[in-house]
Amino acid sequence: MSQNLETAANPGPLRRIAIDPLSRVEGHGKVTILVDEANRIHQVRLHIVEFRGFERFIVGRPYWEVPVMVQRLCGICPVSHHLAASKALDVVVGARRLTRSAQMLRRLMHYGQILQSHALHFFYLASPDLLFGFDSEVSRRNIVGVATAHSDTARRGILLRKFGQEVIRITAGKRVHGTGSIPGGVNKAVTAAERDLLLQNIYEIIAWSRDAVALVKRLHNQHPALYNSFGAFRSKILSLVGRDGNMDLYDGVLRARDENGAILFDGVEPDQYLDIIEEQVKPWSYMKFPYLRALGADKGWYRVGPLSRVQNCDSIPTPLAEIERREFMDYSGAMPLHAPLAYHWARMIEMLHAAETIKDLLHDPAILGGDLVVQGARTSSGIGVIEAPRGTLIHHYGVDENDLVTMCNLIVSTTHNNQVMNEAVREVARRYLDGREINEGLLNHIEVVIRAFDPCLSCATHALGKMPLVVELRTLEGDLIDSRARD
Amino acid sequence: MSDSCFSLDGASIAFAAGQTILQAAMDAGHYIPHLCFHPELKPHGSCKVCSVRVDGNMMASCTTPARQGMKVESATTEVDDQRRAVVQMLFVEGNHFCPSCEQSGRCKLQATAYELQMTSPHFDHFFPDRAVDASHPDFLLDFNRCILCSLCVRASRDVDQKAVFGLAGRGIGTRLIVNSESGRLGDSDFAATDKAAQVCPVGAILRKRQGFNVPIGQRTYDVAPIRESDRGGPEKR
Repeated sequence: MSQNLETAANPGPLRRIAIDPLSRVEGHGKVTILVDEANRIHQVRLHIVEFRGFERFIVGRPYWEVPVMVQRLCGICPVSHHLAASKALDVVVGARRLTRSAQMLRRLMHYGQILQSHALHFFYLASPDLLFGFDSEVSRRNIVGVATAHSDTARRGILLRKFGQEVIRITAGKRVHGTGSIPGGVNKAVTAAERDLLLQNIYEIIAWSRDAVALVKRLHNQHPALYNSFGAFRSKILSLVGRDGNMDLYDGVLRARDENGAILFDGVEPDQYLDIIEEQVKPWSYMKFPYLRALGADKGWYRVGPLSRVQNCDSIPTPLAEIERREFMDYSGAMPLHAPLAYHWARMIEMLHAAETIKDLLHDPAILGGDLVVQGARTSSGIGVIEAPRGTLIHHYGVDENDLVTMCNLIVSTTHNNQVMNEAVREVARRYLDGREINEGLLNHIEVVIRAFDPCLSCATHALGKMPLVVELRTLEGDLIDSRARD
Repeated sequence: MSDSCFSLDGASIAFAAGQTILQAAMDAGHYIPHLCFHPELKPHGSCKVCSVRVDGNMMASCTTPARQGMKVESATTEVDDQRRAVVQMLFVEGNHFCPSCEQSGRCKLQATAYELQMTSPHFDHFFPDRAVDASHPDFLLDFNRCILCSLCVRASRDVDQKAVFGLAGRGIGTRLIVNSESGRLGDSDFAATDKAAQVCPVGAILRKRQGFNVPIGQRTYDVAPIRESDRGGPEKR
């Protein structure tokens, strides 16, 4: 068996198994596995097979269109793209500092997005595996099955997501693909009636979010060996943290830690991202492979998202989520927790943090009005970085003197996680598939570990749709023997 | 107002001498879908969206003079089907991507499509490759969205006395051009105060740096559908 499993030494005679489409993730992708006659694994790759090219067709368009246009990358976290683009274009229009009202309204929109996306992922996409088992009966391993067997859990998941979508609707104008954020600020405040509507439910939302954290903790405690080791491997971590070191998902500075939790760099301004991150292209995937420039492509790959953020910040600035973070950190001990399934735990802590933050913002009178837009001296480029539900999201634009976009570079959350997802898939393949007759339940183990990262392959390739996965089995000569595919 | 009348879908419409069917209908508070008509400009009859059946014949209501006793049919399934086909052709002939267009909610083409219950483009898209002219400091020309209504041509020529815009070519090759040596708006004497800057019914002539400044729910056709809000001019932005 090849050590790193990325590229087999002699692929010609190997059988090829493909999981295509990957299911219950966002976007289209597939996993291919090359095995020999004894089912020993020689190569495992997570391929992203879509391409949309937003970076190219945004060029030549007027800059004020960008925050609305680029959010079409995704139907799950469009607010993240909407706000990252707006932050980049704030710089272009000279709005170095937004009004307090605009900042609070954008934060409200963003934390609504975090809440709805995390609820969607955990309850709709991941919970069937966690509640029923990875190789449980496939026909009930879905949200309908959860609704049947755990109706209260499913109901709360649906209502949590709905609440987050309502926050987005009220701040952006629509639940999906709104227009609330514009370069230099926002185009609307929240009315007192809208605020009161959200306040009616927010305390219940916080309580349910706490229950969701408790549910994940219970799963960890019931199966600690599985949850601590499934697909686990050590990696560096990267995220924004607030300028005070606390968790801040809307704005801050970049901080990275090594596999042992020691800080690699801290306080890096987002507009310096090109100094610390470089992207590598591999011929078998449309998704690039970013890495920390100082460490090189082989050693510089890292993970982003909830598992990184919860362990990267000094504290969480809302009380209930901070209690949960401390318990999480106590659980992991002196070393960072690298287990992919711990993403779910961290994700639910963040959902609780988002609910608490929304509550605080709803009590802030700044969201009800005041100056909403500022402008200043025009510049020719802007960089916006935000912590999207799935991780660090970077938007970078160049704009000419006639207001048209000349350059666009997007590094989305899932792209940062490309290498670590491949590593996780290989780890699971080594542990569960190597030398065994492959069946649907085993293949779902591969999907379970991919889902833990909550990848959005649509965003990552600037692509559209749900994520398909195919597994193909081929002879040593490359002839197809068997194939399993999910629509 | 004279005592002259014609019938519009069974209603009696009074008209003054020299009025067209569309002018008289609008004065009487009746909506006939239209795109290339503006009450302050000379009718052009180019878009055909305002077509009605007049005594059995299809006519553009914006250019057909009202006559005593004529029978006009507008709100019929047959006429609306033809109007919808015209609007669908306008959509596929250009690049009209409402989801990312700043005129969404304020666009007469989009609002008229909703009015006519257009649910798909029906025809194959042309996907033309048209450049954006951003050379003017205050305005942007997006030719992808031009429907060749000629409102800007007439406004610039007849009101502004400038003739900044023109239609060149013939048939399917017809295109909007700018009357300057370079062909660019920035090299013309177009100004933000021009009537031509205010009459574009779609997102082809855009005031720069204003996009999406009106929130969803407060845009022209969010407040009221075009049938209720359109009083003849597309200037309500």
